[in-house]
Amino acid sequence: MSTLLTITWLIPTITALLILFIPKDNHMGVKWLCLFSTALNLALVIYLTIAFQASVAEIGTGADGSQIKLHWTQVVQWIPMMNIEYRIGVDGLSILMMLLTSLIIFCGVLASWGVKEQAKEFFILLMVLVAGVFGVFISFDLFTFFVFYEVAVLPMYMLIGIWGTGNKEYAAMKLTLMLVAGSSLILGGMMGLYYASGLDTFNMLELAKPGLYSASFQQWAFPVLFIGFGVLGALFPFHTWSPDGHASAPTAVSMLHAGVLMKLGGYGCLRVAMYILPEGCMYWKDLFLVLVTFNVVYGAWGAIKQTDLKYITAYSSVSHCGFVLFGLMALTFIGVQGAMLQMISHGLMTGLFFALIGMIYGRTHTRIVNDMGGLLKNMPFLGVSFIIAGLAGLGLPGLSGFVAEATIFVGSFANTGMLNRVCTFLAILSIIITAIYVLRAANAMLNGPLDEKYAHLTDATFVERIPVILLLIALFGMGIAPGWIIKLMEGAVAPMVNNILRSVV
Amino acid sequence: MTLHRLLLLSAVNFCLGMYGMVVRRNVICVLMAMELMFNAVIINFIAFAHYGNGHATEGSIFPIFIIAVTACEMAAALAIILTMYRKMHKLDVHRLDSLNG
Amino acid sequence: METFFTTNSWVILLMPFLVFLVNGLFLGKRSWRAAAYFAVACMSVAFFFAIKIAIGFFSHVHEHSYIKGWEIEWLRFASADILGFDLVANVGMLLDPISIMMLVVVTAISVLVNIYSIGYMKEDPSAGRFFSLLSLFSFSMLGLVSSTNIFQMFVFWELVGASSYLLIGFWYHKPSAVSASKKAFIVTRFADAFFLAGIIAVSYFTQTFDFIELNKLATVETLNRYAFLGFGTVNVLTVGTLLIFAGGWGKSAMFPLHIWLPDAMEGPTPVSSIIHSATMVVAGIYLTARLFPLFSHSPLTMDVVAYVGAFTALFAAVIAVTQNDIKRILAFSTLSQLGYMLFSLGVSKMVVEEGGAINSLGYSASMFHVFTHAAFKCMLFLIAGQVIHVVHSNNIWDMGGLRKKMPFTYVSCLIACLAIGGIWPFAGFWSKDEIILASLQGGHTVIFAIGLFVGGLTAFYMFRLFFVTFHGESRKELHHVHEDPFMTFPIVVLAIPSAVGGYFAKDLFHHAFVPNMPLHIHELSHPHWLPWVATSMGLSGIILAYFFFGRNKFTQASSIAKAMGPLHTVIENKFYFDEFYLFMTHKVAFRFVAAPIKWFDRKIVDGVMNLTGFLLHAGGAIVRFLQTGQVQMYLSVMILGLLYFCYRVF
Repeated sequence: MSTLLTITWLIPTITALLILFIPKDNHMGVKWLCLFSTALNLALVIYLTIAFQASVAEIGTGADGSQIKLHWTQVVQWIPMMNIEYRIGVDGLSILMMLLTSLIIFCGVLASWGVKEQAKEFFILLMVLVAGVFGVFISFDLFTFFVFYEVAVLPMYMLIGIWGTGNKEYAAMKLTLMLVAGSSLILGGMMGLYYASGLDTFNMLELAKPGLYSASFQQWAFPVLFIGFGVLGALFPFHTWSPDGHASAPTAVSMLHAGVLMKLGGYGCLRVAMYILPEGCMYWKDLFLVLVTFNVVYGAWGAIKQTDLKYITAYSSVSHCGFVLFGLMALTFIGVQGAMLQMISHGLMTGLFFALIGMIYGRTHTRIVNDMGGLLKNMPFLGVSFIIAGLAGLGLPGLSGFVAEATIFVGSFANTGMLNRVCTFLAILSIIITAIYVLRAANAMLNGPLDEKYAHLTDATFVERIPVILLLIALFGMGIAPGWIIKLMEGAVAPMVNNILRSVV
Repeated sequence: MTLHRLLLLSAVNFCLGMYGMVVRRNVICVLMAMELMFNAVIINFIAFAHYGNGHATEGSIFPIFIIAVTACEMAAALAIILTMYRKMHKLDVHRLDSLNG
Repeated sequence: METFFTTNSWVILLMPFLVFLVNGLFLGKRSWRAAAYFAVACMSVAFFFAIKIAIGFFSHVHEHSYIKGWEIEWLRFASADILGFDLVANVGMLLDPISIMMLVVVTAISVLVNIYSIGYMKEDPSAGRFFSLLSLFSFSMLGLVSSTNIFQMFVFWELVGASSYLLIGFWYHKPSAVSASKKAFIVTRFADAFFLAGIIAVSYFTQTFDFIELNKLATVETLNRYAFLGFGTVNVLTVGTLLIFAGGWGKSAMFPLHIWLPDAMEGPTPVSSIIHSATMVVAGIYLTARLFPLFSHSPLTMDVVAYVGAFTALFAAVIAVTQNDIKRILAFSTLSQLGYMLFSLGVSKMVVEEGGAINSLGYSASMFHVFTHAAFKCMLFLIAGQVIHVVHSNNIWDMGGLRKKMPFTYVSCLIACLAIGGIWPFAGFWSKDEIILASLQGGHTVIFAIGLFVGGLTAFYMFRLFFVTFHGESRKELHHVHEDPFMTFPIVVLAIPSAVGGYFAKDLFHHAFVPNMPLHIHELSHPHWLPWVATSMGLSGIILAYFFFGRNKFTQASSIAKAMGPLHTVIENKFYFDEFYLFMTHKVAFRFVAAPIKWFDRKIVDGVMNLTGFLLHAGGAIVRFLQTGQVQMYLSVMILGLLYFCYRVF
């Protein structure tokens, strides 16, 4: 089983290598190969998820302790000098994130079926990126984790800089620089963890054991790591790469970036910063709570006045990813669980959003909502899908967003702090603002009289429909039957939350 | 002759070479000044080989090495300079500043 | 009593959902007629189930106060093995008097409106979509009324809002419909956010969502014990119930959140009929009734409920007098009637000096009025749709003289107007009489007076509409006026409960519809003069309306309007509330919050990031001057450094 885990990131890596051997002009060959490999990966991860449930039934979740119970662990010495290991394994959380990743990339490949120039290089970079993401989710050695993290973050520069639109060089540079600045904080914090522990290991589970770090160390290391990961999770005020970056990125990259990469931020915040440094987390909780509440509310307000579809979605991502961090800072089991649900929900939703925007932009050649109008008439499929995605975004029950947001609110209210209560109310009220910007965008774009110049446009093609339908099914599935996701997650979230709360009680 | 004097000669030679490297403007002159510095080093080697205790062979081999390497280096350097001259029509180090910030 | 029908009550939910899926994905695009018949057939099955459940339940009403048809776990927030307590949102069907009544009403009206729409939508190219969305609404509404817990109610509450949004904006190419749908959604969403906050707050302290649990006395005690936000003197009971009520406030379009309902009339008329008069807008009243045992322990909440309801009843009725659009008149009349239902609940609050008694008359009267109002208001909208279909205008002044041409509609409309006007023995008389009586018994003299006065006002504006539309002479050239059988049938069917439903149902409501809580009902005074006074108020309204509008001369009416001058203008423009909200959102919220935030984000926050980049860049620009490109300079610096090093070391 642990070999299969390794294979999840080997598949895209090998695909990237194989693409090298495909002639430059053979675009379809490249695309089919990628489609095949991502489909294979999806099937593999689905199989792993099913096997994981059996494994959980067998050896339990470890929900009562404060130690993550890893399944299918494998350790290989990598750099013995510093005792760096290739240490992999999964828990309920990472297996779900892998499921999300493999689904999004499969849809992403289909959504970039129309890439014409330099398709070969494009897909190579895409595959490398995905390999990195898979690697992050299975790594439990901090160093390996970081290596994969960098592999996932860096191809973005070229993907946006070369295949992007608009002010792409600026956006790519800004995105990369800010993310790398975050990475450097992570690296610093990670080295701090390594040396301060005195254990000569990068093993996360070892480092998270109680009493390892002094309070003063935790107090400076926590913000370093949290902000480091928070940059990728669009933590206010380090979110400004997101609107520019997403607006310039090509469709599949936006999907993957907002859908999966931003989740690495929240994942890292929980897995590394909060799990390993619980006392630091307690020390800084008020500051970060205020910051992430700002994220939620401010991101939503920011989206109202935007007119570019991608900017609207990017700001809504800031707001929704703010919910992820908000759930984390609730510091309750329910809240953290909600945050993890929100990561998945937002991944699906925003993936769908960007896919649809790409398809609509490919037809209208404008992303300014006020320039469109009445598109529902000749693009019923795309229009209805967009409305559903929008309704998921504003948290309509029956779709995934509601499940996640409701859980976050319940969890956040369960924290008895006065500041938490106030912030919870502010966050709840932000769903009104979400409704405003979603409906403004959808109405301006889809409703009203149809403009003459768009009258000849056609609805989605068959290839385009597949990813949209897949994502819609996922959105509805999670919204209607969230039970099994929660069940899988419980066992993974509980030990981490226990570890965080351990320092209080 | 004592070691002392030989070292003095070497030091003077080296300083002259260094001075030449810093102040000469012609590339070829700079190269020649560099050669002077090499020679100072060679003198040092030989002096220590002669007056030093027990490492005569090593002390003698290194000068030969240096001479050989310098010769190669000179060949390469002259070739570069020649190309440079052909391309830019100048050999003044002060004007060869395309690496400025 | 558990029967086949209660255990299989899920069929009631499944039917409309099935219609939604089948029509939305397959049938709608191919043949709207097939879609329509399919919808009618499925909804009839649901109606049949509802009726069977109702008969089974009400014939054994004294055995138990509720049945849980079925219940499954949906969303688990916390499980006992991890957190030590369970917090689970279930999905199920709670069958008790009010939910069964609503099931019957919603399924019946769904069937009728679906039939009506066959006639009404026959020329619309996207009729298939219409039948699909209408079923989505029926599904959501049925789920709402049969919720076992408040979380499920919120889920369906939002779905109802979304389907209402989709149906108001059904003609999406019409800008007015689009903005109306957006307005409806956002205004109700505004209220729903508070509702959600209330649910979360209350469920945190009680660790349950279940209505049965929430309505227990223990819950009241728990909630009374805690201060809200962990500090201060305001307890959770008051704030929590007020927050929850806020949801109903928006959904039932109570003042000042009433602005969306008149605009919602932009949707197709069958939609206005089912959603914005008969069923969805009573959700707020239903919510209050559902949690009545909890609400009734908070005097402040009950007062808010009562006064908001009474004020809206008056406010909307005053506006209704001046409106000219037939659907808007009906919309304001709906608002006014909703106000009745609400204050009826509010006035039955605890009478402290009588040992904590509840006057359950207000509760049953409110539910009674929900029932009768659903019948006659749904009918009125269907009539309006019928008339609009013929006249092609919403303005009542374009109509007139339709009495001869549309005899069935004319008679039905007369019955409906008499019913809403509260004339004996029509349905509205019985329910409205009980409401006014309840407010008198509760000691709310002001509300009692408002109730009486608005009763007269209602009769006046309804008969204004009636006379202007049907009497007098035709004011517009009309061709091929006819009554479509599909459209006439539901109207005639609804005329029956509007006429006699009140008389036959009043005992049932009086006995079966009591809040599920320990009651000490005292026989309160029932003054014999009250029905006479109420009826005479209604009759005087009718006579006034006849005097002004029934004789095909409108000179007095317009001279009065002129005499009122600016006041009339203000009322006709609905007290400029729309303008006020528009100002608040566009001018204040967007311009002074959203725009500055956008600017702040782009210029300040992003500016700081760019500034960091710029500073680094500038730093590089300074450092670059050190890189002269002069090899000899580098060398001299190197040598100097070496010398300095040697000097320091040796």
